[in-house]
Amino acid sequence: MKRRTFLKGTVASGMLSVAASAGLLTPRRVLAAWPETAFTAKSIDDALDTLLGDTTLATSGDIKIKAPEIAENGAVVPITISTGMAAESISVLIAKNPSPLACSFALGGSTLGFVSTRVKMGETSDLIAVVKSGGKLYSAKKTVKVTIGGCGG
Amino acid sequence: MAKKKIRIRAKMKGDVAEVKTLMSHPMETGFRKNKKTGKKIPPHFIKEVICEHKGNKVLVASWGVAVSKNPYLSFKFKGAAKGDTITISWNDNTGESATADAKIS
Repeated sequence: MKRRTFLKGTVASGMLSVAASAGLLTPRRVLAAWPETAFTAKSIDDALDTLLGDTTLATSGDIKIKAPEIAENGAVVPITISTGMAAESISVLIAKNPSPLACSFALGGSTLGFVSTRVKMGETSDLIAVVKSGGKLYSAKKTVKVTIGGCGG
Repeated sequence: MAKKKIRIRAKMKGDVAEVKTLMSHPMETGFRKNKKTGKKIPPHFIKEVICEHKGNKVLVASWGVAVSKNPYLSFKFKGAAKGDTITISWNDNTGESATADAKIS
């Protein structure tokens, strides 16, 4: 991956999203309330602060991350997050991605603390699962080794 | 986009409904370049996925560009019965959207 062009790309898409939030968004989009700034945030703390309004994470043994130790293809890393807590939301962050926040799930009252999906990872990195339960944030970590990055370039 | 497809499989396992879904979507990050022209491929990704059961939102997923191409999503919820309908819809950053429903078996 060419680091220079890669960085440029990140900045350009950042600009684009600023333009989008500045006025190109229709009110219909605002209703959907997709957390734009959280997804474009460059640090984990910024992402968590805008998404969940808190950055204090308590490590929990009750969050299980199922992900491969070594991902051959960073473009498709299957992950499963499960917890026995009454979770309000589950968020997944990838520490070394250009924007760490990968996905966030708001769970209904009858929904179990379980989500499974596939994410892209640019390089070997920590995978962080953040569970919101009873107004507090709990987290668990797992390192995934990536042999081929999934961010293109 | 050529096809807007959502495939859903929902099954009761005891008192828990297990939903698995696959969406057809390029999930373009905006970081990649077209190798021939050297131009950047614009971002094109699903922002939000809403899963509903009897009018209740059982799961609302907010996604960034780090979700893989042709996204897979699976979740479980209680309070459903065989034959109930589950509706899944998504919208992306270009304003496209798709909806599909399936019966829980």
